[in-house]
Amino acid sequence: MWNTVFPYLLSGISVGGQYALIAIGYTLVYGILRLINFAHGDVFMVAGIVMVYMAASGLPLWLCIILDLVATSIIGFAIERVAYKPLRTAPRMSIMISAIGVSYTLQNLVLYITGGLNQIYPKIPWISDSIKIGSATTKVVTVVTPILTILLVVALVLLINHTKVGMAMRAVSKDFETSQLMGININGVISVTFVIGSFLAGVGSVLYFTNYTTVIQTSGAMPGLKAFVAAVFGGIGSVPGAVIGAFIIGIAENIIKGLDIILFKAGLTSGPMGLAIFSDAFTFALLIIILAVKPTGLFGEKSIDKV
Amino acid sequence: MSLLRVRDLRVNYGGIEALKGISFDVEKGQIVTLIGANGAGKSTTLRAISGLVPVKSGTITYDGNVIAGQQPQQIVSQGICMVPEGRRVFPNLTTYENLRIGAYLRKDDITADVEHVYQLFPRLKERSWQLAGTLSGGEQQMLAVGRALMMRPKILMMDEPSLGLAPLVIKSIFEIIQTLHDEGITILLVEQNANAALRIADYAFVLETGMLGMQGTGHKLLNDPGIKAAYLGSGA
Repeated sequence: MWNTVFPYLLSGISVGGQYALIAIGYTLVYGILRLINFAHGDVFMVAGIVMVYMAASGLPLWLCIILDLVATSIIGFAIERVAYKPLRTAPRMSIMISAIGVSYTLQNLVLYITGGLNQIYPKIPWISDSIKIGSATTKVVTVVTPILTILLVVALVLLINHTKVGMAMRAVSKDFETSQLMGININGVISVTFVIGSFLAGVGSVLYFTNYTTVIQTSGAMPGLKAFVAAVFGGIGSVPGAVIGAFIIGIAENIIKGLDIILFKAGLTSGPMGLAIFSDAFTFALLIIILAVKPTGLFGEKSIDKV
Repeated sequence: MSLLRVRDLRVNYGGIEALKGISFDVEKGQIVTLIGANGAGKSTTLRAISGLVPVKSGTITYDGNVIAGQQPQQIVSQGICMVPEGRRVFPNLTTYENLRIGAYLRKDDITADVEHVYQLFPRLKERSWQLAGTLSGGEQQMLAVGRALMMRPKILMMDEPSLGLAPLVIKSIFEIIQTLHDEGITILLVEQNANAALRIADYAFVLETGMLGMQGTGHKLLNDPGIKAAYLGSGA
């Protein structure tokens, strides 16, 4: 039984970590701007595309990864400055529509550049290698992902709770005006938030696409959506919530993918029932349930804001 | 020359003229109060001085420099600090962090200033590690004042510091204002509690729907029959 479940659990934890890295971007931005940044999944996808083109230019891969992360951070920063900052005092719906616009712009830009063809993600040595753990054979990236995710999350939580800029982020998330009276540069703090979110999405993209090997303009949609569900599930605005939500969704999804085999081997079913097809449906059913039962999510704060 | 000089200040709020050209001076070291009814434009005046709302026309000069049109952080950095209406402490930060963030623009050591605030408000020291959102209304008001003091303000603007507080707490807040005044801080106080405000004010202005009405020393307005009838109630 355990030997059957373990490989699915392992890849669930790995995918969960990748979702977590994206979900933090949603939750941070929501926490500070009360904006659901619909373009965030596409930033993740663009990070993948940038990596493909950089690797093709012949630069060493380690340098490509660094440059990719820098580029992704800059893209996140630029999106905020161009598409959200001018709408700071506009109704929230306007910013949200602007976010949807950015999302389509990025997708179509990539469609234009790549011609809509699947791009092969560069094979990064070591993390693409196979490794055998117990009953499971997997890529090293599967093991690296959760560890790296946890390290980055711990670093982020320390930054938010123990540095001056983190304190400013917490203050701005509660009260723009009073933060200004303290002399805090609101736009600077918001930019920092977008840079952190995009950087983590960039890290997530390296891990994710190493696993899935191809990138196309719509590659960001599904992981982005799932990470968003994870953020809502954990309580949007909360970093630990988003991370835990992402791990739960990643694990549940992968267990469902293997449910046919797990049940069959356990002797509970006599043949395949095609349950794997419900793995995506599960995530979105979870979204509906959490919104109906506990709209603030696992760790979310009570809020009277309506989006 | 006066420390803060406001000339013909006009501010619009969504098409409504909230301030219709007011002029007044705040002398260094004084307690100056703006009194008036709800919607007279008292808070708007403070918000315009601190840069939170755009000035339509008129000038605000501080220590000889025009500050109207500057960003709030530039204005704060010159030592014009505000204790906003409704206290507005950061509920998700601890008491100590609220004080630290008050000194956000300072690069030097703030230990002495924190100690000073704790001396003024010993209650805050006891609650140093508590989240500000869990403090009582009076404690939050003390924290809001303490937070503003962390910038070592030259002018402290206070917007309705007595709002929604118990009489005993109000009394101690006004005592603190007096103490700060004795320390040499210039205070611009906005109050609906005209009685208490006029008692400690060196000079007072009455705002009526965006325009300045009477002005004079606190003592003079306190004894004015018109002011008595309009703002102080018959029993005052």
